[in-house]
Amino acid sequence: MEHLDPVILARAQFAFTVSFHFIFPAFSIGLASYLLVLETLWLRTGRQLYLDLFRYWVKIFAVAFGMGVVSGIVMSYQFGTNWSVFSAKAGPVIGPIMAYEVLTAFFLEAGFLGVMLFGRRKVGPGLHLFATAMVALGTLISATWIVSANSWMHTPAGFAINAKGQFVPAGSWWPIIFNPSFPYRVVHTVIGAYLTTSLVVGAVGAWHLLRDTGNQHARKMFSMAMWMAALVAPLQIFAGDTQGLNTLEHQPAKIAAMEGHFDSHPHGAPLILFGIPDTAKRRMDYVVEVPKLSSLILKHDLNAPLTGLDAYPADRVPPVSILFWSFRIMVGLGFAMLGLGFWSLWARWRGRLFEDRWLQRAAILMGPSGFVAVLAGWVTTEVGRQPWTVYGHLLTAQSHSPLAAPAVAASLTAFVLVYFAAFGAGTWYILRLMAHAPHAGEPEPAAMPLRAAGITPAPAVDADGPKTEPDA
Amino acid sequence: MSYDLDLSTAWAFIIAFAVFAYVVMDGFDLGIGILFPTLKVGDERDAAMNSIAPVWDGNETWLVLGGGGLMAAFPNAYAIILPATYPLMIAMLLGLVFRGVAFEFRWRHAPHRALWDAAFTIGSVVATLAQGIALGAILQGISVRDDAYAGGWLDWLSPFTLLTGASLLVGYALLGACWLVWKTEGSGQTHARRMAFRLAIAMLLALAAVSAATPFLSYDYWRRWFAVPGVFVTAQVPVLVLVTAVLFFRSLGKGGERAPFLLALALFLLGFVGLGISIYPYIVPRSLTIWDAAAPASSQLFMLVGAVVIIPVILAYTGWAYWVFRGKVAADGYH
Ligand code: HDD
Ligand code: HEM
Ligand code: HEM
Repeated sequence: MEHLDPVILARAQFAFTVSFHFIFPAFSIGLASYLLVLETLWLRTGRQLYLDLFRYWVKIFAVAFGMGVVSGIVMSYQFGTNWSVFSAKAGPVIGPIMAYEVLTAFFLEAGFLGVMLFGRRKVGPGLHLFATAMVALGTLISATWIVSANSWMHTPAGFAINAKGQFVPAGSWWPIIFNPSFPYRVVHTVIGAYLTTSLVVGAVGAWHLLRDTGNQHARKMFSMAMWMAALVAPLQIFAGDTQGLNTLEHQPAKIAAMEGHFDSHPHGAPLILFGIPDTAKRRMDYVVEVPKLSSLILKHDLNAPLTGLDAYPADRVPPVSILFWSFRIMVGLGFAMLGLGFWSLWARWRGRLFEDRWLQRAAILMGPSGFVAVLAGWVTTEVGRQPWTVYGHLLTAQSHSPLAAPAVAASLTAFVLVYFAAFGAGTWYILRLMAHAPHAGEPEPAAMPLRAAGITPAPAVDADGPKTEPDA
Repeated sequence: MSYDLDLSTAWAFIIAFAVFAYVVMDGFDLGIGILFPTLKVGDERDAAMNSIAPVWDGNETWLVLGGGGLMAAFPNAYAIILPATYPLMIAMLLGLVFRGVAFEFRWRHAPHRALWDAAFTIGSVVATLAQGIALGAILQGISVRDDAYAGGWLDWLSPFTLLTGASLLVGYALLGACWLVWKTEGSGQTHARRMAFRLAIAMLLALAAVSAATPFLSYDYWRRWFAVPGVFVTAQVPVLVLVTAVLFFRSLGKGGERAPFLLALALFLLGFVGLGISIYPYIVPRSLTIWDAAAPASSQLFMLVGAVVIIPVILAYTGWAYWVFRGKVAADGYH
């Protein structure tokens, strides 16, 4: 075991648990908002169809949300168990931000989820809609705080270092919370979650359309999802592009690695579309490139100089291969999503949205792509921050807990086994729910006992009203 | 400095409050997990599950507040205690994963139900033992050098910590049984009442054993409890425990439904006060006081503003949620 480095193990454990965690929020953030839209439409139009769709998706939401909660609790303790030096040093800055997340978001979500799932008959439509809105708002507030904390680690601002070597607020909290990369990152992350959800909804709709083109419920969800994808995919690409410019300003080494620029280009850098990074020799092999395009994208000038990785000491360069590939996976999928969106617009314009079998097959294929893109994005962001935890100030190698390698190796193994077993089962239950075709008169979740995280009543009510009165 | 001092004390109380809220709220739902195998498959189990399903996530959020608050207000303590209890924390988290998903999964596919019921119990037992042992580990002392944990990864293991682990198991089970006395009826309730009686006896024995052992862990605890004049205050704690215990057995015997639960909570509160007397103002006993571990005043103040405004709101809607689900529960839900 001696060759196992506790730092590498701790990083692997954090990467594994946070990646698993983020899969659920990426879906539940978007789905909570979608449910809010469905319920609003139902109240506005009175069409049963929207209520059916709400009930169909709320069951799936409950399962995903439950898994998000338990994997999230793990995250909040990982900072202390595995990154204790980081926690002691950055706690005074990161800690309050995360504490606000608990106070303003987690309790809100937990408090209103129950009413959202089962409370319709108990609280009336207005208050019920309010509960759904609170849950959706809670997920967005949560995303805002946690991304602020994370962005601060990338672009630390507004801090001083005290005698104990801790990061402490230098004065106002404003520059800490609204640190330079936060606005870009939160926009890109939340749009990513919306896009992910719309692709899942679209895939489920397409799946049922292939079985029955006449299924009104499947038509509606497919149509809504394709609108969303068509509108949001271009926004996401635009948001990603502006974020890239911001990253160039604050973390140029990350951009150089993403672009595969081992060498500086004083007279305009090419855009490398494909190539195989050779980190040992510090060069790219088998390159396919477009001259000067990278300078045009990043600096809006064909001949602008761009520094490469040769400008940095070898121990301050992030792992190039991972970044180069994860970035291309994300961008590639982003353009594929854009393509799907345009295809759906075209099919819609020709009046063939529900008949175009190939479009539906493509939508099914793209169903999971949001998750892949979102994870690839986070990998790009986080691996690109290496070798730092607080960029430019605290090295990853100095952040970890004083733990023996066997302890971390054992816990990592346990996490892998437990997560695959528990969340594997959960994913299977979700797929089973999706496999059942949406239909008129979808039962209220209560009719099939189902309670997720949150304040969820037991199934005392069914679609036709309370079977039994709450005790009076 | 006095400004600093006040903020740290305030935060010590807020975190103690969050931990206590967690212990009593998640305590009874973990307790139901512990008692689950003794309940009959079918109606008894379904009713027990239904009685806590509405509230468990809100209950568990207090754990996140306790941990997050500790990191924010006392980062050094967070950075010492968590590595010192590493295997326990990991076990607790994994236990919470299993029991958390079981709430949802056991209804999803009937053939898997027995599996998730087992996961619910094992997860609850593991999480409870880990919490109890960690508490003992903090009390018995953690080796600290240069503001960092300086021990090995199994330092927490000792007869004393095993005793505290077992005690918490008994305590949570007692809370769970009393909750079922309150929330169920019929055979389930009769069974719960019998369990509560036995568990209360076990809990008192455990409390006595832990109290007897604690003062011998270090001189300081001894002095806090038994030196004059402090003893006149501290002596009230055991007296109150006795009074509460007598009231508890009386109400349980007379068929009380809600009172046993509330009196069991009172027992927990007294145990908690006892702990506070032993520890305060240390946060890592014998090494770090709350002032040594404190985050700068600006961090504590920033959070305090939010906590003072938001925690009452949280308590209000949590109370409302409990109120919505008041009354007896049955296998198919509340009625
Ligand atoms: C962009 C969004 C996002 C990101 C980057 C993260 N989370 Fe998360 N988290 C959420 C969005 C979210 C959410 C949507 O708000 C969840 C998912 C399901 C839920 O209940 O809330 C959640 C749940 C959740 C919970 C359970 C809350 C409860 O008990 O109800 C905790 C403790 C955390 N998260 C903590 C973390 C930590 C420590 C993270 C970083 C390392 C993290 N999350 C990344
Ligand atoms: C939820 C989405 C996130 C994902 C998928 C993600 C992914 C990753 C990955 C892959 C690593 C390992 C990098 C490496 O070791 O090379 C990592 C490390 C880390 N991330 Fe993130 N991250 C996410 C969010 C966050 C957030 C929100 C925070 C802080 C608030 C954070 C803090 C850290 C820390 C402390 C490390 C360990 C130190 C390091 O290796 O840099 N991450 N993350
Ligand atoms: C095709 C266009 C896209 C571009 C140009 C782009 C650009 C970027 C860049 C430059 C980063 C790294 C930010 C950093 O420096 O830390 C990033 C991160 C990220 N990307 Fe993308 N992206 C694109 C598409 C997508 C898509 C389609 C998704 C998901 C559906 C996505 C999700 C994410 C996420 C979750 C992150 C990590 C969080 C963050 O740093 O914002 N991206 N993206």
